[in-house]
Amino acid sequence: MEGRREGARLELVCPAGTPAALRAAVEAGADCVYCGFRDETNARNFPGLNFSPEELAESIDYAHERGARVLVAINTFPRAGAEEIWHRAVDTAAQLRADAVILADMGLLAYTAERHPDLRRHLSVQAAAANAQAIEFYVEAFGVRRVVLPRVLTVQEIAAINAAVSCETEVFVFGGLCVMAEGRCALSSYATGKSPNMHGVCSPASHVRYQEEDGELVSRLGNFTIDRVPAGEPAPYPTLCKGCFSAGGKRGHVFEDPVSLDAATLLPQLAEAGVTALKIEGRQRSRSYTQAVVASFRRAVDAQAEGRAIPAGELRRLSEGQTTTAGAYRKTWR
Amino acid sequence: MTQLTLGPLLFNWPAERWSDFYARIADEAPLDRVCLGEVVCSKRLPFYADRIPEAIERLQRGGKTVVLSSLALVTLAREQRLCADLAAGEDFDVEINDLTMLAHLAADRDFAVGPLVNVYNEGTLAFLASRGARHVCLPPELPLASVATLAAAGKTRGIATEVWAFGRLPLAISGRCYHARVHGLAKDSCQFVCGEDPDGLPVETLDGEDFLAINGVQTLSFAYAGLLGDIEVLEAAGVAALRLSPQDCDMVAVARLFRETLDGRLAPEAAQEALAGDLPEIVFANGFIAGRPGAEAAGHGWSAA
Amino acid sequence: MSEVQGIPLFPEPLRFLLRPLPLFPLRLALNRVVARFAAERPAIFRRLGSHAEKVYLIDAVDLPFIFRLRPSAERPSIDLCRRAVSGARLGPWDARIAGPLAALLGMIHGSFDGDALFFSRDIVVEGDTEAVLALRNALDDAEIDLLSEAARLLGPAGGVVERVGRGVLSEAGRLTGVSLVRAES
Repeated sequence: MEGRREGARLELVCPAGTPAALRAAVEAGADCVYCGFRDETNARNFPGLNFSPEELAESIDYAHERGARVLVAINTFPRAGAEEIWHRAVDTAAQLRADAVILADMGLLAYTAERHPDLRRHLSVQAAAANAQAIEFYVEAFGVRRVVLPRVLTVQEIAAINAAVSCETEVFVFGGLCVMAEGRCALSSYATGKSPNMHGVCSPASHVRYQEEDGELVSRLGNFTIDRVPAGEPAPYPTLCKGCFSAGGKRGHVFEDPVSLDAATLLPQLAEAGVTALKIEGRQRSRSYTQAVVASFRRAVDAQAEGRAIPAGELRRLSEGQTTTAGAYRKTWR
Repeated sequence: MTQLTLGPLLFNWPAERWSDFYARIADEAPLDRVCLGEVVCSKRLPFYADRIPEAIERLQRGGKTVVLSSLALVTLAREQRLCADLAAGEDFDVEINDLTMLAHLAADRDFAVGPLVNVYNEGTLAFLASRGARHVCLPPELPLASVATLAAAGKTRGIATEVWAFGRLPLAISGRCYHARVHGLAKDSCQFVCGEDPDGLPVETLDGEDFLAINGVQTLSFAYAGLLGDIEVLEAAGVAALRLSPQDCDMVAVARLFRETLDGRLAPEAAQEALAGDLPEIVFANGFIAGRPGAEAAGHGWSAA
Repeated sequence: MSEVQGIPLFPEPLRFLLRPLPLFPLRLALNRVVARFAAERPAIFRRLGSHAEKVYLIDAVDLPFIFRLRPSAERPSIDLCRRAVSGARLGPWDARIAGPLAALLGMIHGSFDGDALFFSRDIVVEGDTEAVLALRNALDDAEIDLLSEAARLLGPAGGVVERVGRGVLSEAGRLTGVSLVRAES
C-alpha cells in the first residue's frame, strides 16, 4: 500500500495560471504547483493563461531549485483525429522533467503508461473516479499513483476509499466548486458549444455577456440568461450551474448557490481519512489570489500537523459570492 | 442496416407504468436492442426490480436483444454491490455507464459502453476494445467529425458505434439531488418527488427561456434530441445504431418513424413533420452533431428552438 | 460595496485639480510607456493573442478621464478622453473595465485579485468579456510596476527618482490603501 505515511504532513498542491503565479505559489509555501500548456490540452484553457513549453521549462527549474514539484495537467479528452496534440503535450512534460502529469482520458493514460512508464501519472478529477473499485481499475490498468477525488464525496466516503485503494488520494480544499461530477458535464456545451471535456473551458468568457438592465446586473451565457443580480449584491460567476433559474414554480439557485469551497477547518478530518494531498483550485485567478490562498493554507497545514487550531474564514473575500461552504464533505450538502 | 436501440428509461415512473411501457415496447416497437435498468438513482430500483425478469422475457419474445445498463454514478456500498451483481450475471449483455464496471467484468467478457462514459477518441476506443467493448454509444456532445472518426476506428476494432438520436440529452450527473433541493428536501429523505415529473422537471431561465430539465441527480436538456434529419449524414459517417431515449410520449410511434426513415420508406422531412405533429409541445435540437451549442436546431429542416 | 474590500476613492480635491490638466503631454507620455512595453515585453502579446488588437476602455471612475487602450504589438496606442465627452467621441470599443483607480492599480500591481473585485462589484466589466480576461491575465503575469516604468521615461535620472518615489509611494500606499507600486510578497 502506497498510501499516506502515518503522521506525514499533508501535501499542498497549488494552482498556477502563469509563471508569475507559479513563483508566487512557491514563495508562499506550495509543496507542488500544477499548471498546463497554453492550449486545449488542459481544463483551464482560458484567454491569456497558461504556459508555453519554454515558460514551463523555466518554471520547473525555478520550482525544483526551491524544492517544489510541478504537476502538468493534460486533463481534457483528446479530440478524435487530433490525439497527437495531447500526445505531444505528454512528451513535452516528460522531456521537461515534470514531476507528474495529471490525466483524465483512458486513451491518453494508456499512451503515457506505454511511452513514458517512468513519468508519474495522477488521475485528474475530470476522470470522476468516485469509488475504490473505479480507482483500482485506473491503478491496475494505467499504473496511476494518485487520484484526485471528485468533489461529490463525503469525508466518510473518502476514508472508506483510502482504506481500500493502493494509491494516494488528493482532495480539493479551496476554490470554485463543481456541483456536477467533473468530466461528466455537458451543460456548458449545451449553451455555448464549448465544453470542459473537449475544449478545456466551462461557461467560456467568449460567450458571456454582462449587461446592466433596470438596475440589475444580468449575465448571459450564449442565448441563455444565467442570472440577474440587484445592485449592491455580490456579482455572480457566469458559471452555468451557479446561475439563478426557475423550476417547479420556484425561483432560485436550482443547482448550487454562488459559493466556493473552503475546507480549511476540515483538515484534521481529511488527514484522519488518509488523504495525501490537498488541492487548491484557481489556475484562472490572479497571482494575488494564489499568494493569499497558498499562504493561508500553508499556515493551516502546518497548524494541523502541529496539532494547533486552524485559522478559519480568512479567505472569504476571495470567494465566489464571497461566501464559502464545506460542500459535499458534509453529507447535508446533497 | 442501421440498428435502433431503446436507451434505459431515465425517469422515475410508477412500477405499473414501467411494466406496461416495456410490454408494449416488446410487442409493438420496431427496435433491435433495448437497454433496461437503473442508470440515474439507485434508490429507485427497488420499486421495479422484481418486474425486470418478466420484462426481459417479453422483450426477448418480441425479438429484441436485451442489454442491462449500469448505474452512472457509483459511490455507496450498496451501489458498488449492484455493479458487482450486474457483472456477475452472465446471461445478458451489459452496458457500462461508469468504469466501476470494468473492475468487476471478467477479462474475456464482451460488453457495451453507454453514453455517460467518456469515449472521445481512437485511443480510448482502442483501450475499451482491448477490454471487450463491442458496442459504444458515444457521448452526446460529440460533433459529426468526431463521430465519423470514431465510427471508422470502431469498425476496425469490431465496435459498433451508436449516436443519441431522440430524447432529452443527458448533460450532467451529480452527487446532489436537484429534485429534492427544489422541493426543500434532503436527498436521504427525498420522498421520491422525482416521481411527480415523468418527463423531468423543466428549468427555465429568469427570462422565461426553456433551458434544462432535472431528473433527480441528473440534469437533462429541455429540448429533445431529434436527429431524424441527420440520419443520412450519420449513416454516411458509418454510425451503426441510433439511440432513442424513453420520454413521456408514444415511444412506439417514435420508433416507427425512425425505422421507416432508416428503411427509406419515409422521407426525413415527412418523418420530422409527423413527429412534430405527434409532439406539438416539444422543442427539438441537433446542435451537438452540427458542432454548435447543443440547444440549437441547425439545418435539416428543424426550426430554431 | 467598496467597503467590503475597503477600496478608497481618489480624493475629491485632487480629482478637482486633475480636471483642467492638459491631456496632450499626458497622452504623449502614456504612449511612450505603452510603446516601450510593446517592444520590451513580447510575452504580454503572446498571452493576449488576437485580443491585442482590441480596444479597451479603462474607466477609472474617480478620475476625470477615461483611457482608451489598444495593446497591439505593432501599433500600440493609448488615448485619454475627458469623462464629459459623449460616448460617440470615444469611438468604437470592444471592452470596458470600470472601477476606482485604486482597484485598477491594485489589480495591475498584484495586490488585488480581479475576480474578487468583480464579485464584490468594485469593478464592472462590459462588452467582450474574453478580451478583458486575456488582458487581466497577461498583465498579471507581467508583474508590472508602474513607478519603475514611469521612472525609466526620465532616463538616467529615473533611478534616483524611482528610489525616492518608491519610499514615498509605498508609505502613501499604506496610508491611503492605494497600491501605488507593485506588491512584494
